[in-house]
Amino acid sequence: MTDITAGAAQSAKEPAVYVTPAWKLTWLRFTKHKLGVICLGVVAVITLTALAPEFFSTADPNVTSARRAYIPPQVIRIFHEGRLVLPFVYEVEGARNARTLKMEWAKDTSTRVPVRLFARGYSYKLFGFIPSDIHLVGFGSASAPATGHVLGTDRLGRDQWSRLMYGTRISLSIGLVAVAISTLLGIVLGGISGYFGGLVDNVIQRIIELLQAIPAIPVWLALSAALPRTWSVSTVYFAITVILALLGWTRLAREVRGRFLSLREEDFVTAARLVGASQSRIIFAHMVPSFASHIIAAVTLAVPVMILNETFLSFLGLGMRPPAISWGVMLQEAQNLQSVVNAPWLLIPGLFVIITVLALNILGDGLRDAADPYSH
Amino acid sequence: MHWFILKRLLLLPFLLLIFSIVSFALIQAPPGDFLTSYVAELAAGGTSIDQTQIEALRNRYGLDQPMYVQYGKWVGNLLRGDLGVSLEWRRANSELIGERLLLTLILTTFSLIFTWAVAIPIGIFSATRQYSFLDYVFTILNYIGLATPNFLLALVLMWVAFDNFGVTVTGLFSPQFLDAPWSWARVGDLLSHIWLPMIVLGVAGTAQIARVVRANLLDELSKPYTEMARAKGLPEWKLVLKYPTRVAIAPVVSTLGWYLPQLLSGGLVVSVVMSLPTIGPLLLRALIGQDMYLAGTIILIFCLLAVVGTLLSDILLAVLDPRIKLENS
Repeated sequence: MTDITAGAAQSAKEPAVYVTPAWKLTWLRFTKHKLGVICLGVVAVITLTALAPEFFSTADPNVTSARRAYIPPQVIRIFHEGRLVLPFVYEVEGARNARTLKMEWAKDTSTRVPVRLFARGYSYKLFGFIPSDIHLVGFGSASAPATGHVLGTDRLGRDQWSRLMYGTRISLSIGLVAVAISTLLGIVLGGISGYFGGLVDNVIQRIIELLQAIPAIPVWLALSAALPRTWSVSTVYFAITVILALLGWTRLAREVRGRFLSLREEDFVTAARLVGASQSRIIFAHMVPSFASHIIAAVTLAVPVMILNETFLSFLGLGMRPPAISWGVMLQEAQNLQSVVNAPWLLIPGLFVIITVLALNILGDGLRDAADPYSH
Repeated sequence: MHWFILKRLLLLPFLLLIFSIVSFALIQAPPGDFLTSYVAELAAGGTSIDQTQIEALRNRYGLDQPMYVQYGKWVGNLLRGDLGVSLEWRRANSELIGERLLLTLILTTFSLIFTWAVAIPIGIFSATRQYSFLDYVFTILNYIGLATPNFLLALVLMWVAFDNFGVTVTGLFSPQFLDAPWSWARVGDLLSHIWLPMIVLGVAGTAQIARVVRANLLDELSKPYTEMARAKGLPEWKLVLKYPTRVAIAPVVSTLGWYLPQLLSGGLVVSVVMSLPTIGPLLLRALIGQDMYLAGTIILIFCLLAVVGTLLSDILLAVLDPRIKLENS
């Protein structure tokens, strides 16, 4: 050990030797993966939305207005009668079809509703404590605010764009929290399994095999169906994350165990053991840093799976329930062919799911490749 | 080899025991016993159920007895081949499950074949033409396939079909064959309907398996034996198909272990959206309606299918890849 520290001290004194830490090497490799970097940006934007959906929304997502149901998306335009003008949307006018009794919306190309940035709208508390009423985008002039629906409205006349912004918070955070719980379980149990081996390892591995053999969705359905209908939104939210995490930790535990098994025999671990480092020090100071990047990659790849699962559950009416807003809850509105034919824009939340999952998957793959020193 | 299969078969009853406990725990999870809530519901709806019938049901499931007796009765009935009755449907569970299970298995098999038939050629192509334009196209399609929830794909395809051709592509049968007995005409009708759910179900798996094949084949293509075969002048396509592909495909068989449960699970949501008469919607309805013994039985069947799938894939893998010595592991 003294030799090693002496060597390290020596190299620290020589300015010519630049030691790049492992995480920096990983980062440098990652930035070569252009698509991965783009996806990192996408994930950052989505995260920002989840943090402050109030700012990005244009209307209160819970305000219903039966008269304004099923308005098709209003496109933001910059050309009016062939001239370049400030951004605006055309006003819509609804008329009930006398024969089918269906509301039909037509755009009124003579009335323009201006679109403004940083407009004042309904008041909210940013991050739960900063009172504000500024929104990224607003409709109408400052003196006469109007309404506009860039992604249309749903059955109850609620603004889809704003609901999507709020839905991002629940959908993304369920994914993150569920993965956080399963990561904790996976690292602790996988670590114990891989580090100690023997009987403990055997028992944990059998449990993992058993859990992996259980088809997840039916069990999730049964567990969520068992949640009392009277529970509040936040309790259901917590229960759903726990249900998702319960079956989700096994893959991660396997990964961690595999890493531990291969690292346990490495020379640097043996060296640490020989100089009398404590077990926790060996694990946390020597072993964990050398596979942390793998874990980060595995976690990134686990989040989209959780997001998809939450969408499945909520879509079937067994996950989050209204008045909570998540992407799956929103997609419930588009559950049958009839509603999709009537209002195809109800499928737009699905597009958000795809983009988010896509970005997280590509990001995770990029991170995994970057973390693997043998990938090239 | 035989030892290995025997060992796995011996493990099967043990696994089933555990799964039955899990299923039973799941059906016991909702508050209240199902009979009281059922009777209350009926009373609210204006109909009532015969008191002797209630007593018979209570007795059958041992509802007034401790939990382990209830479990024992349930499993005992199952072992005798009595799957119980559905309270909501007022029919025997075996009757309800029977044909739906068959259709589920048919649909799953079709999706499995579709997946392999599409994924393996794509994987081989992408690996042999790495970084070509089409390889990039397939890679992007793979990512999108993985990211798209299958029920969304089903909805979009149904919408496109309706919007452009005015046809509703739901269900597995035309109306006249819905409750008809099995005949060749009915089989034909099934085949003319099954392709869309088959594709919808298979897309995500296709993406995953194409990736596995591509990665495996890329590993094999850089090995010395491939160089050797090339050096002796074997035509490229023959070389690829004859040696590395065989090695690269073997692990695909092992994906059956996780892919089968995934197909079954995924089929559940698609079936609800496309109103397919498979077992998924039945489970969902049983869960929502708290028809718990029906739900428990279905969950147990799902578990059984998953375990059998894993076993089959292990055996197939051992047959295909002689290097795997399963007896020792």
